Amino acid sequence: MTSSFSRRSFLGLTGAAGLTAALAACGGGTKIGSGSSAPASAAPTFSGGEYTGPKVTLDYWNGFTGGDGPHMRAMVEAFNKEFSGRIEVRNVTRRWEDLYPAMPTAISAGKGPDVAVIHNDWVGTFAARQTLIPLDDVVGALELSDADFIPAVWNAGVLDGRRYSVPLDVHSLADYWNKKHLEKIGLSDAPTDKESYEKALVGLKDAGIATPFWMPNKWPAHLMFMSLLWQHGGELYSEDGAKALWGSEQGVQALSWMVEQIDKGFSPAKVAIDTQYAAFKNDKVSFTWDGIWQINDLKANAKSLEWGLSPVPNIGGTPAVWSASHNFVLTSQAGKDPNKVQAAKVFIDSMGRQSTEWAKAGMIPARNSARQDPAVADLPQVRMAQDVSIFHFLPALPGVGDVQSKALELAVAKAVLKESSPAEALKEGVATADKLLADNKRKYGR
Amino acid sequence: MSVLTRPKGLSGAAGPAAPAGRAKRMRTWTPYAFLAPYLALFAVFMVLPIGFGFWTSLHEWDINLPAKPFVGLENYTDLFDPSSVDGGRFWTAMRATGVFTLFSVPLLIVLPLLAALLMNGRFRGRNLYRAVYFAPYVLGVAVVGFLWRFLLDGNIGLVNHYLGLEVQWTTDVPPAWVALIGVTVWWTLGLNAVIFLAGLQDIPRELYEAAMVDGASAWRRFRAVTLPGLRPVTVFVINATILASANMFGQSYLITAGAPADQTKTAIYLIAETGLRQFDMGTASAMSFILAAFLMAASALVFGAFRDRSRR
Repeated sequence: MTSSFSRRSFLGLTGAAGLTAALAACGGGTKIGSGSSAPASAAPTFSGGEYTGPKVTLDYWNGFTGGDGPHMRAMVEAFNKEFSGRIEVRNVTRRWEDLYPAMPTAISAGKGPDVAVIHNDWVGTFAARQTLIPLDDVVGALELSDADFIPAVWNAGVLDGRRYSVPLDVHSLADYWNKKHLEKIGLSDAPTDKESYEKALVGLKDAGIATPFWMPNKWPAHLMFMSLLWQHGGELYSEDGAKALWGSEQGVQALSWMVEQIDKGFSPAKVAIDTQYAAFKNDKVSFTWDGIWQINDLKANAKSLEWGLSPVPNIGGTPAVWSASHNFVLTSQAGKDPNKVQAAKVFIDSMGRQSTEWAKAGMIPARNSARQDPAVADLPQVRMAQDVSIFHFLPALPGVGDVQSKALELAVAKAVLKESSPAEALKEGVATADKLLADNKRKYGR
Repeated sequence: MSVLTRPKGLSGAAGPAAPAGRAKRMRTWTPYAFLAPYLALFAVFMVLPIGFGFWTSLHEWDINLPAKPFVGLENYTDLFDPSSVDGGRFWTAMRATGVFTLFSVPLLIVLPLLAALLMNGRFRGRNLYRAVYFAPYVLGVAVVGFLWRFLLDGNIGLVNHYLGLEVQWTTDVPPAWVALIGVTVWWTLGLNAVIFLAGLQDIPRELYEAAMVDGASAWRRFRAVTLPGLRPVTVFVINATILASANMFGQSYLITAGAPADQTKTAIYLIAETGLRQFDMGTASAMSFILAAFLMAASALVFGAFRDRSRR
């Protein structure tokens, strides 16, 4: 008995010791994030051409879950074939809204991407979080220059004088329309200005389409609001990122126009998330504004629907539309291994050269010269980019995503759901936004 | 084994220890040795994380930023300041959690009890009936959420279509609350019903027979035999249901996405968003501690209420 007791107590103690060891290991794991700013200085400068190091595997994250996914996979496969035995790229595709929260934590745990595609408005945040490492030399090797790019896209990649991203494409909000509905009122293309757009809506209603233009309160409501704000001549944020300017008179006009569509009976009240798009696919809606990345979804999943794609109409006076771009970035995880840095740069370089292939995924090539390529110039989305000065982008302020979701998107939702008037909703939203901007300035130390 | 037969010498631990034999086994650290395995697990998986969480809540703790400045109770004072960004959002979320808990818990007690009483009867197809009630519970929250989001959609959903209604179940309050609570009751009713059923089957038949001999009516038997017999089970079910309801996240995340304008965004939803999407772990931890304090108070109230009655 005595011996059995002591043996058991011994087992218990070893168990406890084991747990303590395991805990200590965990504790170490969570700490990596605090000092993960390994600079890429160890890696030799990239000057294009070949990869000569030992074989490496790169984890590549992106959010191309829609009709664009198969094109990206094909491009990655082609790359893997070309560099077989030297560089292997593992493609990880997950939804953007899951990718962004996961990326910084995964990278600090060493289980994230080495190279990734992110949107222009996230570059600033991630660069400030030291999740990314600079890419100036790749841009040099690709012979990219600001002259060949839309300035907003090009400048979004620069933080404190260093470049963190290589633009892949541009995409914008667009006006999708139902061909059969418009034929009923004798139109063969979407109206392009405020007067004719509103006239068309009245005509469609008279022609028996009860609610031709559904107004969402969530995605893409804030993109519609921003487009309208810019059209009216308003601005989102002050140059230094200290003040939110979207509560201006122009903002009120933009948001009021959105709410008006409900008041005039063109939209049902309180439309739920994604419903306007589902209703468009089901022939119930004549117009819906959505991103050009939906082109492939409509082609694949709404085969019986006859639809057209036009630029967002000019409601406010100056043509303008919300746009964003996909950008290649190199992460601090890759930065720990000079060979990975080199391989990732070869990968980004190679992908950047395939922008015409990528345009077939429904995107607009970011480079002005690539858009003139006859292979893509006639794609419907590329035609929309004839005048790139209408493309407006979110500024790449660190932490701007939080300001958008906590303040701007909420204000738009409140007004569209008639919780408060557009002016009140915006006033309240701007007050919140200004506090958040001040917090961000302090937090990201700029 | 021999734990039950404690040697008498143990109480006199200060006295001279018996020189040899059985009594020597019991030392002052003996109970701790028995406690150790559980204590280690409890410490590793409960005490340390809670302590670490509290430590986090005293900092401006961003996962990826190297600087994590100590801010004392500032995260808490921010949350109690209604004019601050996070304070306003947090109390809206707490209110949402409160509304949901207040209305879902009574339904999730009464309806499963009724279902359990029916299931406890003897009739043909009883097993099928039991399975049908329990079936929704085996579905994951993602399945339930997506299913009902489309069924309940105010403009293109089947529910409105077949009922001929124009109610915005997912974008308007109070219909959104009716929808969220209805879906939750449909989804989790089976679990509570099964627990009640087990409780019912534990009540000795003799008590019912004795009551019948005394001429008690069915209602009287329910009041005097069934309900008291279910008391321990009920305390457990009420507490578990309150905690589960207060932790509601998936349903509002998937069905309403917090609409309209964050009014159905629950506390856990906001905590997850703050900590895991905006990486503001300090504020998220502070929110968790306030929510935990509320839940402890609620549990204490439930236990208190039932203890008083049993002393009658």
